[in-house]
Amino acid sequence: MQNGILVYCEFENGSPRKTAYELLQKAVALGAGPVSALVLGSGDTSSLGLNGASTVYQVSSPHLASYSTGAYVKALAAGIAASGCSTLLASASSPARDAMPRLSARILAGLGVEVTDLRNEGGKVVGRRPVYGGKALFDVRVTSAVALFTVRPNSFPIGAAAGGNAPIVAVDAGLSDADVDVRVIETLAPANKSVDLTEADRIVSGGRSLKSKEQFDAVVRPLAAALGATAGASRAAVDAGYAGHGEQVGQTGKVVNPSLYIALGISGAIQHLAGMRTSRVIVAVNKDAEAPIFQYASYGIVGDLFEIAPLLQKELESLK
Amino acid sequence: MKIGVCLKQVPATDTRIRINADATAILTDDVKFEINAYDDFALEEALRLKQAGKATEVITFTVAGPEADPRIRDGLARGADRAVRIDDPALAGSDSLGIARVLAAALAAEGVGLVLAGRQAVDGDSTAVPAMIAELMGVAQVSWVDKLTIEGEGFTANRAAGGGVREVVAGKLPAVVSCDKGLNEPRYATLPGIMKAKAKPLAVKRLADLGVDAASVGAGAALVTHTAMGAPPARPAGRILSGDSATAVAELVRLLRNEAKVI
Repeated sequence: MQNGILVYCEFENGSPRKTAYELLQKAVALGAGPVSALVLGSGDTSSLGLNGASTVYQVSSPHLASYSTGAYVKALAAGIAASGCSTLLASASSPARDAMPRLSARILAGLGVEVTDLRNEGGKVVGRRPVYGGKALFDVRVTSAVALFTVRPNSFPIGAAAGGNAPIVAVDAGLSDADVDVRVIETLAPANKSVDLTEADRIVSGGRSLKSKEQFDAVVRPLAAALGATAGASRAAVDAGYAGHGEQVGQTGKVVNPSLYIALGISGAIQHLAGMRTSRVIVAVNKDAEAPIFQYASYGIVGDLFEIAPLLQKELESLK
Repeated sequence: MKIGVCLKQVPATDTRIRINADATAILTDDVKFEINAYDDFALEEALRLKQAGKATEVITFTVAGPEADPRIRDGLARGADRAVRIDDPALAGSDSLGIARVLAAALAAEGVGLVLAGRQAVDGDSTAVPAMIAELMGVAQVSWVDKLTIEGEGFTANRAAGGGVREVVAGKLPAVVSCDKGLNEPRYATLPGIMKAKAKPLAVKRLADLGVDAASVGAGAALVTHTAMGAPPARPAGRILSGDSATAVAELVRLLRNEAKVI
């Protein structure tokens, strides 16, 4: 009988990512059996127990040094088998989005993707997830013995760490060179060292009203820097070449979930709203008082973004 | 080498979603459909690879009823050589794995050496089918690719690695590649292309044609169910900050600090 929740905890530079704590704490709050952590590779695991894991399952192998689908899927399957869990939670990161569907097909465990909420229904974990780019939501239930869920980052708050020490159980996934099916030959660092949009806690986005790449760079990016935010853009701004395609927020770009989203000169087309409507606080600056974005904004300023954004940047810099 | 391209028709992204009475699906009576935007990148990449002499044939694969034929013909008009549409009553209620099973069977039956698919379909947003196809076909996969090079039996691809980082990866064909925005600029169909497309083969396959067991797909085989479709929660009413720019900005900063507590 499968029981409990296993949280796949991703690491970055030797420490757990913030999403690991988010998922461990949520798993404890669900109260659907014991909570354990799964670590693939090496790193400092001491904080995982503090955040709620009662056991840490760890697969250590040189084959996990960088992400490859083959090795990671095999290691995830070994972790699930060792823990005997009935639910695996993983953050909806790029590697997890790659690995989890393949894992689902391999071990015949149903997968609920990119859930933004989880609940316990009589001991079974049920997810709620956006579809149509967030224009609607579904309850997602898994009928197989093991359920897999990826969870959109920033879906749950992170509270104080109130757990204890967790023993480490080493898991042998039997990895070999043959499992590294696709090799990483080069890593390309992002042009600017900001947090990925999908995980960002603060975002400043610009739209077509920025009128040029130069003005986008001169207005949106410095304001984002002043806030410690990641820069984003509407589809119109990306298609016009003001920002990179990786910076597009919307139904055919990134779906974001920050606590603060500032929209500069974005009218709020339905496909853009789909990508950012779950932001906790939305600030809109637009010349057009009738722009749909104002219906979603927590705070709106009707005015010229070229005047307002620099003023806001100065105010924010003076707070530091 | 043959390239298989997975094409799905989805509601246009500017569609206003209305939910049916059972809360199981959207109402589609006045919805305009288009080829999934990410599948456009997949098809375009296949056509470019063929033009560059890296492929001999581009075949599109769609799981749908005849209502998808106009979109499939559009793919042929852009330059695909032929199309396979998989349609069977037993597919009703399939989850991602069920759809991946029939696509993998159809792709394998054609002996494709490279499968190109959109990174996600912008209706169900499951992002799952390409990787599932790769597992079922027992081949390598790369997800969310914005640059692809095919050289002999091998490929290199740029993919998202999280945290804004991108990786260049290398592997061997056959493989499944899911395509992201930035890979290319999709072409439109030309008038001669549209004329030619009318004569191109569009084969309709049943499960039996593909050797897929009806019990392995459809609602009965689904490991995942979706119910209680609802609109996203309404946002609390916001407010417009008045006054001149300096006053409004000062008030905004005060509210962000003291009321919303986000800075």
